[in-house]
Amino acid sequence: MRTPDLLRFASQSLAGARNRTLLMLLAMSIGVASVVVLTALGEGARRYVVNEFASLGTHLLIMLPGRSETTGGAPPLFGETPRDLTLGDALALLRERSIARVAPLTAGNAPVSYGSREREVTVIGATDEFFPIRHLTIGSGRALPDIDPERAVNVAVLGSGLRRELFGNRRALGEWVRINDRRFRVIGVISEGGESLGQNLDDMIVIPVASAQSLFDTPSLFRVLIEARSGPDIERARRAAREIIRQRHDGEDDVTIIAQDALLSTFDNILRALTYTVGGIAAISLAVAGILIMNVMLVAVSQRVAEIGLMKALGAPERQVLWVFLVEAIMLAAAGAALGIVIAGAGILGLRQLLPAFPLAAPLWAPLAAVAVAVATGLLFGVLPARRAARLDPVRALTGR
Amino acid sequence: MITLDHVERDFVVGDEVVHALDQVTLEFAAGDYASVMGPSGSGKSTLLNVLGLLDRPNSGSYRLQGTETTGLPEERRAALRRSHIGFVFQAFHLVPRLTAADNIALPMMLAGVAPGERDARVAEVLASLGLEDRAQHRPDQLSGGQRQRVAIGRAIVMKPSLLLADEPTGNLDQHAGNDVIALIESLNAGGITLVVVTHDKAVGRRAPRHIRMVDGRIDKDSPHAHA
Ligand SMILES: Nc1ncnc2c1ncn2[C@@H]1O[C@H](COP(=O)(O)OP(=O)(O)O)[C@@H](O)[C@H]1O
Ligand SMILES: [Mg+2]
Repeated sequence: MRTPDLLRFASQSLAGARNRTLLMLLAMSIGVASVVVLTALGEGARRYVVNEFASLGTHLLIMLPGRSETTGGAPPLFGETPRDLTLGDALALLRERSIARVAPLTAGNAPVSYGSREREVTVIGATDEFFPIRHLTIGSGRALPDIDPERAVNVAVLGSGLRRELFGNRRALGEWVRINDRRFRVIGVISEGGESLGQNLDDMIVIPVASAQSLFDTPSLFRVLIEARSGPDIERARRAAREIIRQRHDGEDDVTIIAQDALLSTFDNILRALTYTVGGIAAISLAVAGILIMNVMLVAVSQRVAEIGLMKALGAPERQVLWVFLVEAIMLAAAGAALGIVIAGAGILGLRQLLPAFPLAAPLWAPLAAVAVAVATGLLFGVLPARRAARLDPVRALTGR
Repeated sequence: MITLDHVERDFVVGDEVVHALDQVTLEFAAGDYASVMGPSGSGKSTLLNVLGLLDRPNSGSYRLQGTETTGLPEERRAALRRSHIGFVFQAFHLVPRLTAADNIALPMMLAGVAPGERDARVAEVLASLGLEDRAQHRPDQLSGGQRQRVAIGRAIVMKPSLLLADEPTGNLDQHAGNDVIALIESLNAGGITLVVVTHDKAVGRRAPRHIRMVDGRIDKDSPHAHA
């Protein structure tokens, strides 16, 4: 039998049993659609988290004063440090080849005012490197100048939210704002939307690190952001950074270094596993659809006993009868899978309308795997009915005995 | 040339053995036209099924054109059925979802004949049946006589050498029955070997050779005398 004939013959029999076929298509398409939509949700969650982390910076290490590993607790944030992390420490890290950039940070809260308007905001002391490391872009003006980090200069870069609150529609660039009782000239404004992992960068003000140290009267740093040259360099950079600080701190290993990528890949792995799990659970519905296919095909075989006898009388060998019914089961499964993918596509489009910020997308493997599983299910559960058909005794089949 | 030699076909029903064919010995020459008659349950259909390779004797020999068929694997028997044998059933056994043309084409489709060749042959057969204008009708749109003619078309589309008809007029009125018999007789005139099982004496008498079965045995075979 020629393949096109086989396909046409199978589709004619499927069309002949319309209700049964529609019911099966429904069951199979729901199974496939749920696999695709659920994996799309899982994949969306993964992408969401990955994007959030990526917006914090890539190949990023974060150094904190205090050693958390030995005490087992959270890194101490307030003054229990045996030794401060200083600007000198941060700059010394640049000796290491695997380290591309370093951004020493101080932070504190202070009132910022312009004219009669005043806001209590986070003041960040940083260097020019802070902006590229944190992937911040300047909306207008420029970033902090590339000067000796030890030099205090009274310039400031505003978050866009703070700019709006202090200046409204007026021009901020070149104006002077007050932080505590010191005056800083506004030289730049950060682009809108600089939000990551809940930390709103719109409402802060960035000034040179030496100015912040003098403003808050502390020589110590809050954090040092370290950017490794590449992904594989992260581990080297981490070890080297620890070693450099240990030498400078008289052999004391008193800093904590968190690898952004390690954290990210942990989340990535967890969410990937979650996606597989959810997809796998949904795939159970495919197995249920498979059992339905088996039943439907068994009914089809018993209703078409005479036809099977006839095919044999016309000279169709067992193998051919087997294929006729197997192809029917597979076509049913494949058509159900195709319908399921259409339904899933519509569902994903609908969810995107509801959750515009959520990067919802089915991974490419999901529809492929769903269709493969569906067809395999049709094959697997189609074998039993098809074999029953192939083995029918033609004489009995024709006489209905 | 067909020879049955001491063919036995037994069925076990409960703990009783039914001899549906009891030491049947028969010969048919190419182009023969024989009717098989006898009471119900005398083994007529079983004889036809054995001749058509749908059923296998328990013992004895069946040679079809020189080939001993009883020991052949199922695959080979199917191939012989496909190329040598045409069946016509009392119940027509048309596939209800296929058109008349597609029903006639079915054996060729199963045999993998190319569509072009198939269509030409089906058109030829439809014309010889006088059913050109019914080609696209489905069985439920045809009369009984037309259905049986379609079934005959399907039986001869592969140009078999042996046509087996089991009560071909059993479901038809007199008029349609006569048409069908006339049709298969014309095929016999074209050279095909024809064996017709029938209850209808008028139909049975038309054949030059009459075989009468009783209890699985050949009771009478005239003008040949084999019993
Ligand atoms: N598959 C079968 N199982 C059991 N008995 C059968 C079977 N087929 C036929 N028989 C028996 O064999 C005998 C001959 O049957 P059959 O050839 O159909 O007779 P006929 O066609 O002459 O009416 C009957 O007694 C019937 O009951
Ligand atoms: Mg009978």
